Amino acid sequence: MSNPNNLKYTASHEWVKTEADGSITVGITQHAQELLGDMVFVEAPEAGRKLQAREECAVVESVKAAADVYAPVSGTVTAANADLDGTPEAINSDPYGAWIFKMKPDNAADVAALLDAAAYQAVVDSEAH
Amino acid sequence: MWLRPFLFVKETMTLKTTPLNAAHRAMGAKMVDFGGWDMPVNYGSQIDEHHQVRNDVGMFDVCHMRVVDAKGEGVRAFLRYLLANNADKITVPGKALYSAMLRPDGHVIDDLIIYFMTEQWFRIVVNAGTADKDIAWMKQQAQGFNRHLPKEDAAVALSPSGGKLDRGQAPHPSPLPEGEGTKPITITSRDDLAMVAIQGPNARAKVWQVLPQTKAATENLVNFQAADCGEYFVARTGYTGEDGFEVMLPKEQVEKFWYDLSKVGVKPIGLGARDTLRLEAGMNLYGQDMDETVGPLESGLAWTVDLKSERDFIGKAALLANPPSSKLAGLVLLDRGVLRGHQKVKTAHGDGEITSGTFSPTLEKSIALARVPNGVQIGDTVQVEIRDKLLNAKVVKYPFARNGKGLIS
Repeated sequence: MSNPNNLKYTASHEWVKTEADGSITVGITQHAQELLGDMVFVEAPEAGRKLQAREECAVVESVKAAADVYAPVSGTVTAANADLDGTPEAINSDPYGAWIFKMKPDNAADVAALLDAAAYQAVVDSEAH
Repeated sequence: MWLRPFLFVKETMTLKTTPLNAAHRAMGAKMVDFGGWDMPVNYGSQIDEHHQVRNDVGMFDVCHMRVVDAKGEGVRAFLRYLLANNADKITVPGKALYSAMLRPDGHVIDDLIIYFMTEQWFRIVVNAGTADKDIAWMKQQAQGFNRHLPKEDAAVALSPSGGKLDRGQAPHPSPLPEGEGTKPITITSRDDLAMVAIQGPNARAKVWQVLPQTKAATENLVNFQAADCGEYFVARTGYTGEDGFEVMLPKEQVEKFWYDLSKVGVKPIGLGARDTLRLEAGMNLYGQDMDETVGPLESGLAWTVDLKSERDFIGKAALLANPPSSKLAGLVLLDRGVLRGHQKVKTAHGDGEITSGTFSPTLEKSIALARVPNGVQIGDTVQVEIRDKLLNAKVVKYPFARNGKGLIS
């Protein structure tokens, strides 16, 4: 599965989708879910929480490991995906559909400065060596 | 995203490989560095592989584990002294015994299985990561034993009347003249052998389909018994809590055996599911649930340590002198989350620590083994520190699951 071109990415394997109202939706990439394996637990941040860029704000746990999810940019959490409580495995089957949280960025420019699909793929490739 | 505990070790050194390495890659395995070995962690979904073993059959590459043959006259007496469990418990040929091997201070060098084949031959299977130190220790003890038989035997050998010498004070037996009617004990690492575990309710039938020539010798094996079938050594043992065989065979033949099993529908299972299966089955993992810093009595292994008989063994005096203040307990997480090794456990009797934790695919809950103060009882609720939170867990009797079924209500 390739990384969708309409998304932005972080070097720490989050994907970021910009919505029409300027808010962003955040999940973890195909590469990240593949590394982690079968997902069994997701802890998302609460709405209203203020986050700094690169702050640990969510945890995803697979059978074999726990991983921190970072805020891609500074901003305020607006929603968490409650569906993942019952079906964390959705991250495995549909990583770019199973979002973890949404936030309102402090600066739209921060989002624009994130990696594009090609730049993110280069990060993944470099980690493989 | 940053992965907390798992191993993504850069390949700075050459990893050791088993003869099945190419087969794993051909079957789509995700490979990881497992204690210096390049091993399959899964072939897709770890949870699917787990259920596959509980409900049907799966096969594991356990070639990294080491087969050791202990041979010689008096090998039983040697093992009686070397191991915490009593080799005298196995008298039917092929019967197996699980035991800890202890240091003189009572701490655990390794856990292993011994198979009684003849009075001149016991087969031993030890863990991969500890194999070299185990064999060095066994050889060192065998050397001493070859010069100095343990007291009881020395007494019998030395005294024409068969009368016993005083026993029980010194840990080291009295010397015997060399060559006093005994052949020396030899310890041989069988690096020529490979091992595959086939586990699950349909495991034995699948092995017989592939190796029909072993069926007659193995169909009456009871649990924890092996048969030497020439090129194949077939043991009804495993590390999953399911029925099945562990098959030892010449290294050159193992890849064909693996593919033959695959052809009759046996799915390959990675180390990920091996860990969730063994933890559900309440089986210890050396290096996590016990090691050289603790004894067997703090590690849920009291059932394997015989302190009542007169038999002396390495570590016995230390175990008797230092009664344990902690024990291994089973935990089931009541809140949402996943228990993991090294998380702190808070109890009314003091703090403890998780030694192994995971998500149990059978129970669909998180489970763990934890070393806790002796006062903690089954049914107690304790708190586990996960990141910055305290989550509730219940202390339960383990195993958590075996033979396809969850055992925790």
